[in-house]
Amino acid sequence: MKLSGWGRTPVHATRLIHPEGEADIRAALADGPLIARGNGRAYGDSAVGQQTLDMRRLDHVLAFDPATGQLVAEAGLLLADIIACFLPQGWFPAVTPGTRFVTLGGMIAADVHGKNHHRDGGMRHVTDWIDLMDQDGTIRRCSRQENPELFEWTIGGMGLTGVILRAAIRLRPVETGWIRQTTRPAANLEAALAALEADSHATYSVAWIDCLATGDAMGRSLVMTGEHAALSELAGKPTLPPARRKRAVPVDLPGFALNRFSVRAFNALYWAAGQRQQGSRLVDWDSYFYPLDAILGWNRIYGRKGFLQFQCVLPDASAHAGMAALLRAISASGQGSFLAVLKRMGAAGGGLSFPMPGHTLALDFPATARAQALFDRLEAITLDHGGRFYLAKDARLSAGTFRAADPRAADFARFRAGAGLTAQFASAQSARLEL
Amino acid sequence: MQTEIDRNPKATVLLLGARSDVARATARRYAAAGYGILLAARDPERLQAEKTDLELRYRVPVTLLAFDALRIEDHAAFVAALPALPDVAISAIGLLGRQEADEADIPAAITVMRSNYEGPASILSHLANAFAARGSGTIIGISSVAGDRGRATNYIYGSAKAGFTAFLSGLRNRLAGRGVHVITVSPGFIATRMTAGMDLPEKLTASPDEVAEAIFKAQEKRRNVIYVRPIWRLIMLVIRSIPEPVFKRLKI
Repeated sequence: MKLSGWGRTPVHATRLIHPEGEADIRAALADGPLIARGNGRAYGDSAVGQQTLDMRRLDHVLAFDPATGQLVAEAGLLLADIIACFLPQGWFPAVTPGTRFVTLGGMIAADVHGKNHHRDGGMRHVTDWIDLMDQDGTIRRCSRQENPELFEWTIGGMGLTGVILRAAIRLRPVETGWIRQTTRPAANLEAALAALEADSHATYSVAWIDCLATGDAMGRSLVMTGEHAALSELAGKPTLPPARRKRAVPVDLPGFALNRFSVRAFNALYWAAGQRQQGSRLVDWDSYFYPLDAILGWNRIYGRKGFLQFQCVLPDASAHAGMAALLRAISASGQGSFLAVLKRMGAAGGGLSFPMPGHTLALDFPATARAQALFDRLEAITLDHGGRFYLAKDARLSAGTFRAADPRAADFARFRAGAGLTAQFASAQSARLEL
Repeated sequence: MQTEIDRNPKATVLLLGARSDVARATARRYAAAGYGILLAARDPERLQAEKTDLELRYRVPVTLLAFDALRIEDHAAFVAALPALPDVAISAIGLLGRQEADEADIPAAITVMRSNYEGPASILSHLANAFAARGSGTIIGISSVAGDRGRATNYIYGSAKAGFTAFLSGLRNRLAGRGVHVITVSPGFIATRMTAGMDLPEKLTASPDEVAEAIFKAQEKRRNVIYVRPIWRLIMLVIRSIPEPVFKRLKI
């Protein structure tokens, strides 16, 4: 069948397998190269292979220790289920990406980060161990003590070191399902970066950036910080907020629905709304962490041709100059991004993990020829400023660009070859990037 | 914030044929609503991971029970031995069989018929009598659109489901006014282990979670007959209304 990532491009033919257990995975290993897939939220071709293992039926919660917050579960468990089940018990994921429709295995494979990366690190930092199946069907426990090298490469390794079957991660205790959010406008890029750096003590911090503003206002942003609200702050609100209503995008919007005018209007409205809402208020966890999850199938607003997401991180030393160059290039191209997010990152991960201390910028664009040309430009600027790229978002980097940005790619490829993994575990992305 | 298993849930649900994908999703849906869960299947020890999962996720008590739909002689004892009579009983028992092979292998065809009609009708009869004696309860039978009209491609399975649908209809009629409600569920295509590898049309195919949600809602609203995706009601209306001289020549 035909399969793509969340961005709906590129599309590849694959043999899709729904394993019910380890025996089914062993059988698939014997049939040829494969890649494990979670809930398909990686934007590009990370989780599409010659054979693709849909891991979502392997989603049992296996153990939970309320003394430490350690959760043991199968790789196909959805983050949405973790929250639905454990928030009422007083626990929240210690690291969460911007959607809760991802699986535990996918979060580890991509070493996802959240709005608290600057303080708490990414998925790597909250994963205690992983059970990984190799090309022979042998299962190995990997942790900081056992098989540490395999553990290191598996987190952020995009499923290319074996099939993640089970893992132990840590949740954080919370008193309520509410976040105290503080919104402050920043007049331009300098002010936004300064605000994010000044907010490094906040648990969560992120900036929405208006990438169509130009001149003195270039990079104007709404800087939003958040803290888990304590019971004492609720002032009569229920401990857990009521569920938000879900809406779905019923059809693919035509390609012209998102144009420079509608995107400019959206950005201007969002900026105005943010200024009105500045200050501090209580927001439910769902709206705070997962604003887009309320619109099921939001990827359809970009139409059938799909969309591309760009995300890079620039090191501290060159972040200011680099971000300014990226914004100028976007502005000059006249293509605005609906959602542009700027965020400060903390400690670098190991392995092939994306984060490094600095700032990350994420944007998405309809997949057009003009967008491809803009991406060429953005990738060149990222390279010039010593930045690197997030594989969970990538659908189009060349092997040369990726390797130039990240010298660890060659080490990773060598590790894979040495362990005999290259031929067995492969995705369209790993073939494209020669991993 | 609840951290301990609630040993006295407000209600319990019994799932028969608990190893199926639909039963698993349905168990989760009821557990999320605070129901205690009884899972009945042939090899209950294989449901241990399911029990742990449900207890950790939802903090409800889960009991595993050995049950074989085809051993009808044991059904009375099974009901008598239940720790407590449940409030809701759901039959997710079913065996699709292999139509073409089973046309020649008649004993295999009989097993399909017994698994989809005799077994579920037998256990639900015992439960219905116990529910009627108590004067309350809900019985939910998962039948199939295949039972709405016999077709060459699946009539062995379909004929048994037709029997089961008629059984549920009659049971509902008998127990109306006696405090026991009976619901017939026609899921249409479901994306499950049973149908893996089949090329099913996306718009007509429900996920197990969708079926579970439909079952739960049907119980809350006291519906009688539900098609999980409403389009199926229309499709089957059309299929039933094709005149036999035409129908017998169709390949559908």
